[in-house]
Amino acid sequence: MNWHAHLPALLLAVPLLGAFATPVFNMGGKTLRNAWFIVISSSVFLIALALWHQVSVNGIQVYVMGAEQFALSLPSGMKLPVRIILEVDALSAFMALAGSITSLAGAWFSLSFMDRFTGLSRFVSLYLLLTVGMLGMMITGDLFNFFVFLEIASVASYGLVAFWRDRPQAIEASFKYMLLSQLAAMLVLVAIGFLYGRYNVLNMAAIGSLIHMGIVEKVALAFLISALALKCGAFPMYLWIPDAYGEAPASVSCLLVTVSQASLYGLFRVCFSIYGLAMSNKVVAWILIIFGLLSMFIAVSMAVIQHEVKRLMAYHAVSQTGYMLLGVGVGLLALGNSQALAEYGFTALKGGVFHIFNHAMYKGLLFLTAGTLYYMTGTRDLNKMGGLVRKSPWTAFMFVVAAAAIAGLPPMNGFASKLLIYQSSFAVHPLLTVVALVTSILTLASFVKVFQTAFLGPEQDRMADVKKVPATMLVGMGILTVAVLLLTFFPTWALSHLVEPAAKALVDQAGYIAAIMGGAF
Amino acid sequence: MKPLSIVVRTCCDMFAWFMVVFGSYVIIHGDVTPGGGFQGGAIVATFMALLLVAYGGEKVLSWVKFSFYNGLLIVGLLLFLLFGFSGMANSFFYNFLAVPEAVALAGGAHGIIPPSGTIALMDIAVGIEVTGGLTLILLYMFKGTRMFNLIEMGGETGHDSR
Repeated sequence: MNWHAHLPALLLAVPLLGAFATPVFNMGGKTLRNAWFIVISSSVFLIALALWHQVSVNGIQVYVMGAEQFALSLPSGMKLPVRIILEVDALSAFMALAGSITSLAGAWFSLSFMDRFTGLSRFVSLYLLLTVGMLGMMITGDLFNFFVFLEIASVASYGLVAFWRDRPQAIEASFKYMLLSQLAAMLVLVAIGFLYGRYNVLNMAAIGSLIHMGIVEKVALAFLISALALKCGAFPMYLWIPDAYGEAPASVSCLLVTVSQASLYGLFRVCFSIYGLAMSNKVVAWILIIFGLLSMFIAVSMAVIQHEVKRLMAYHAVSQTGYMLLGVGVGLLALGNSQALAEYGFTALKGGVFHIFNHAMYKGLLFLTAGTLYYMTGTRDLNKMGGLVRKSPWTAFMFVVAAAAIAGLPPMNGFASKLLIYQSSFAVHPLLTVVALVTSILTLASFVKVFQTAFLGPEQDRMADVKKVPATMLVGMGILTVAVLLLTFFPTWALSHLVEPAAKALVDQAGYIAAIMGGAF
Repeated sequence: MKPLSIVVRTCCDMFAWFMVVFGSYVIIHGDVTPGGGFQGGAIVATFMALLLVAYGGEKVLSWVKFSFYNGLLIVGLLLFLLFGFSGMANSFFYNFLAVPEAVALAGGAHGIIPPSGTIALMDIAVGIEVTGGLTLILLYMFKGTRMFNLIEMGGETGHDSR
């Protein structure tokens, strides 16, 4: 038996074990707990890396929980798959890799950042549970299982957003998030119920092989799209994001970015792998594009006027999600038309998918630097900071890297993915590109503002006694900086090895279905 | 909250233990009868609800040890995961104790109830976990709503905004 085969299950089981065993290690003191936290986060990263490698060499990995053989999706003559099935294709592995990197960076950052607070045993448990929920959403092949992991991630994040519970704002943010997120979860559940009632299966691939559009499927699709767009923070439903990201501890905000992108992944999975070609009209694609444009522009115009540093970055997270929706929406528009797909659709998909990874890295890094600013100065208000480049040049450097990446300045990785989106959306309508470009300029403007007010300027008296940045926080930020720089220096490698297989997997509905159902569907 | 009358307290004394027994029954028979680990655990946790109502928070909170229920919670969760890992030779969560259908039908050695292997054990693990978890939720909610006192909560060093 090859242990590689168990990687999908281990990706979930290891952080789960980590979360449950944390209280035990907590009894051994702070050092033991921190060591356990880092060991688990690092092993999750290594497992995700190995899984990604495995998928890129051997193709789609199927894992059946509790079966006699791990790949037995259709036991003894059954026509439909039974049991909970994990299906990891290139896109899932790609997302899991991004998620595990941010999780590891956040874990390192938490060690010193959260050190002076109580209740850290619970913090570590919830953080690892949030990681499990996120990874589960990314690699599951079962719709109901997707809902379960969505709920695990949501419930863990309510607790983490309200972790500083003596701040009323944190409680409010958590409560708002809870209400909206429960609404979304119930919509998802009802939609799953519709599909289950119609086809008697919950497996995504099986539904994908059976589906043909009718009124029930349309209602389910509307529910799924609106709920998952709410969870990933697309324009009209993004209102929980500034509060939740702004109030959560910085390392949690860093992870929450990727968790919302897991919802985005769910949205893409539903559109491409479940509905796919059955959904022949262009309405859904245009809905995604319009969601994308509105989120991009409106969120960035809200961000420019913010002066609380994490709220500002949270608005930017919404605006960047718009790019992914735009890219993948344009890709969806071209789906089913091989000429359009070759001309611009596939480029758009590559851009959208690449932007997911880039965004996870640089937005996570930005949240961590915002946390560092708060740790040093004790305030979140940009107007009260200044001259911090002298106090911590490393933080300033990492901030510049992340800000240049998010603004899409030419050598950076953000530019590579945005360029792909510009090029391809231009083929659909020039207006799309104009909005994307204006958004990019406004993004640059607001990050120039942050850099100028926080880091530059004369040394100020009230900044004389700022705290030194501990090494573990620098390590946390360093992990993401290295990731951003690697993507910057090797964009061609990243595109051909990371992004292209993922984008191909998104389009290849038949391959996704065949991995579960065999060739005979 | 003051304790209720002696009649209520005596009734609750008896019923609380009855709930524990009944809940354990539901947990242990979870794999063959309606109910299961979660439902049984919830019934067992009623023990604490009855005591809280009958005796009031101050008295009950001076009796209970939170660490005990925390322990139940963790032991339950870890046991569950242990059964998941122990099927790893085949696949995660594989029911390695299950008796194959043919064997169970051929020999009468397995009694009248079909054996369910690790499912029953996992049910018990869930029961332990839910007992601990729900009891903790009850205690914390009681503390939070009925005995809310910021000073007493003390020791919480949170977010100090300057």
